[in-house]
Amino acid sequence: MFSRFLNQNHAFRSGILQKQLLILPFFGLALFLVLTGSSCSTANQAVSAEPKHYIEPPKQKFIPVSTTAFRVCADPNNLPFSNQKGEGFENKIAELIGKKLGLPVEYTWFAQRRGFFRNTLREGRCDAVIGAPEKFERADSTDPYYYSSYVFVSRKDKKLNVASFDDPILQDLKIGVQMIGDDALNTPPAHLLADRGIVQNVVGYSVYGEYTEPNPPSRIINAVANKDVDIAVVWGPLAGYFAARQKVPLDIRPVVPAANEKLPLVFGISIAVRFGDDEFKQRLNQIIDDDRKEITRILDQYHIPQVPEPSNKFDMEGGK
Amino acid sequence: MFKGEVSRPIFSLLRFAAIVLIATGLSLTGCRSKAVSEIAPNEGYPSANNLMQPGADDGQWPMSAKDYANTRFSGLDQINASNVANLKVAWTFSTGVDRGQEAAPIVIGDTMYVVTPYPNQLYALDLKNNGAAKWHYDPAPDSASQGVACCDVVNRGAAFMNGKVFINTLDGYTCAVDAGTGQELWRTKLGDINKGETITMAPLAVKDKVYVGNSGGEFGVRGWIAALNANDGHVVWKAFNTGPDADVLIGPNFHPFYDMDKGKDLGVSTWTPDQWKLGGSNVWGFISYDPETNLIFHGTGNPGVWNPELRPGDNKWSNGIFARNADTGEAAWYYQFSPHDQFDHDGINENILLELPINGQPRKVVLRPDRNGYMYVLDRGNGQVLSATPYTFINSATGVELQTGRLQYAEDKLAATGKVVHDICPNASGAKDWEPSAYSPRTGLLYVPHENMCMDWEGLEANYIAGTPYIGVDAKFYAGPGGNMGFFTAWDPVHNSPAWRLAEKYPVWSGALATAGDIVFYGTMEGWFKAVDAKTGNLLWQFKTGSGIIGQPVTYRGPDGKQYVAILSGIGGWPGAIVAGGLDPDDQTAAAGWGKAMEDLPKDTTKGGTLYVFSLP
Repeated sequence: MFSRFLNQNHAFRSGILQKQLLILPFFGLALFLVLTGSSCSTANQAVSAEPKHYIEPPKQKFIPVSTTAFRVCADPNNLPFSNQKGEGFENKIAELIGKKLGLPVEYTWFAQRRGFFRNTLREGRCDAVIGAPEKFERADSTDPYYYSSYVFVSRKDKKLNVASFDDPILQDLKIGVQMIGDDALNTPPAHLLADRGIVQNVVGYSVYGEYTEPNPPSRIINAVANKDVDIAVVWGPLAGYFAARQKVPLDIRPVVPAANEKLPLVFGISIAVRFGDDEFKQRLNQIIDDDRKEITRILDQYHIPQVPEPSNKFDMEGGK
Repeated sequence: MFKGEVSRPIFSLLRFAAIVLIATGLSLTGCRSKAVSEIAPNEGYPSANNLMQPGADDGQWPMSAKDYANTRFSGLDQINASNVANLKVAWTFSTGVDRGQEAAPIVIGDTMYVVTPYPNQLYALDLKNNGAAKWHYDPAPDSASQGVACCDVVNRGAAFMNGKVFINTLDGYTCAVDAGTGQELWRTKLGDINKGETITMAPLAVKDKVYVGNSGGEFGVRGWIAALNANDGHVVWKAFNTGPDADVLIGPNFHPFYDMDKGKDLGVSTWTPDQWKLGGSNVWGFISYDPETNLIFHGTGNPGVWNPELRPGDNKWSNGIFARNADTGEAAWYYQFSPHDQFDHDGINENILLELPINGQPRKVVLRPDRNGYMYVLDRGNGQVLSATPYTFINSATGVELQTGRLQYAEDKLAATGKVVHDICPNASGAKDWEPSAYSPRTGLLYVPHENMCMDWEGLEANYIAGTPYIGVDAKFYAGPGGNMGFFTAWDPVHNSPAWRLAEKYPVWSGALATAGDIVFYGTMEGWFKAVDAKTGNLLWQFKTGSGIIGQPVTYRGPDGKQYVAILSGIGGWPGAIVAGGLDPDDQTAAAGWGKAMEDLPKDTTKGGTLYVFSLP
């Protein structure tokens, strides 16, 4: 019987460590037969709370940092961050750092999508990525050189003045949010809205956008300007830059709360380097520290909304 | 069947026709399906529509699933339980691509056609000359498509019909190639990689049409299936699986069995406004066809982009099965396996068309091992659930209510952002992913390659896409009860119970093949290609190929009259990407939960891409 089979298996496991079972000679295992049963009820036994064995992240293989160029990986089509013409604020920051290092900036262009860090920085196609969250699993990161927030964006002429997810007017507005697209992975605003039961009036805009068009993620800001939506919740740098380029004035306000018990909405942004490149990281930290004014000037030029470092940093379970 | 060895070469059309006639005649004893006995030669090739009737001509293997009913059963019995131990490598062929090899080689006459993962090279191999390449077709797919594929850059095989070979490319094209010369006859762009659309499935060719669906539910792509004219590639019809009835091709002839699937524009109303536009529900599995009713059957994928809490409602027409008119695409019926999907139980698994004795009466059914862990027996005429039985350990649901057809989710396993949920079984890749089963009419058993995986949703990690930071759930997959990650199960769909099952260390990610020699073939992610006794599961033979196996075994009769068995070896796919893509085991973005479970895999196998062909000495 199926249910009995599962119980037998269970007993089997309790006697042998899972690890050992995995390395048992295979041929024996392959003949692990189960008797035919006649009835088969829905089996719903609880799985035991036996500890699972997860492995630690592997070491980043050592790839020396270039001494002849400041090698940067960047998206060729992602303003305000970067583009191939060097028009993004991350391009400007890269140039600033290159100058301080006394090295020419050398780019590897790669769409900043799934696998970006794996295929670029970790593979040694470059030594730095100018924008990455300060606590990041795939790479080491410098001190943050700015903090920004998800923001509410609306037309000034609508006079909505919404800054809080708890503003009751949100129940009645058509709200645009950025969507990521993986199961159980989405932008924090989408979750905060859902927590408040605001789902019927939410419209999703893919952060990927249409890559054949310039600046694919900008469509959500156009939607606010064109009145496709009443308000949108957008990552600050994207909102600030594109809002400033609309024909109609847009209102931008960092969201409140800046974090809830589940998710942060304010992020520190750092330069990503490979794990182990500590010396290089220290040099970059020094430059960030020395040239903070200049970096801030660049960010202001691009209308990047900046917020103070949160006093109570969000504690990510399992984060680093 | 084929008790006396048929040792004639097949090049002559007349002889070929004779063999088909013999085969179809003989097959009546072994296969329950009706055989078609007329031959309509076309450009020197047999009519594929005849070839694809179950048992019609077991010398060939004209489509990934062998036949329209998707049985993956061959009447060849030269290789059988008593002599399979002597099986030896006859020849091999390197595909030149070392990503996951999920394709089935197809065999027509004296030629084998093999399509590789991206860059989707199609090779014609000469079976009279130990597989020497006759020609090679390069569809030149856009390299950017690699970054859009969710789970390795796989391709699940080619299809043959009336002198043409059809393949899909990762960058969204369907191409028709002259089977004799390798000349491209037409190509049609169906998907747009800039929207996240790719095509990985094996096309189905029936009569004058080729059926193709898209992948990309992870990127908010709206799922569809299209029928192309086989002669010139123009799109005859296209049906979306979300949105208004007019887009879904739901009309007056749509008659689902359950109330939950009835109503106007459910593809809109079971989503919050506009969400269906990013609603996934893609078609990347195998399509089956019933010539008697002229219906095609296809699964629909997971609801796209939105977390469960953001998409209240059943999210039609995700995670279900459509029966559609093959000529018009018009929906005949639909049934939803996992309404309001909670776990990425992507409903694309194969639908095997059988006639089974149910309560003593022969019933035309669809047999469906679903991702959610239930083995469904559906009435082929209307989608009614005749039975739904767990074929592996399930705790994410408590059962399927037969009156309403609804899957009953287990409340304590439902995910929500920030909520830690342990021990969700099956995991996101399901009790069984795409890897197709085989059915033997001789044993009455379905041979199911599948998984034994559970998962935790816990922990949060910072992520970064297109300049936008966010926090993702840290999913961790691990082996279910017993500690083994895979099973190969022989399932009795009449008595709803396993006849036997074999435990495997890793998920069994290869397809299955059943033959009249009463043996069953499958491969493991370590690279073992195995033959087991169809009745008992006893291991009769195994061979260690160069890389992990996630392909689809096939069998055919060579020009020399001997039976051959072929399999592609080359690790990859969703769990195997850790080796094929050289990923870090902890890279959640790339391996999407698999990384930690697959920590041993890089020690157990390495990348590869080789076709192995076996025969008796």
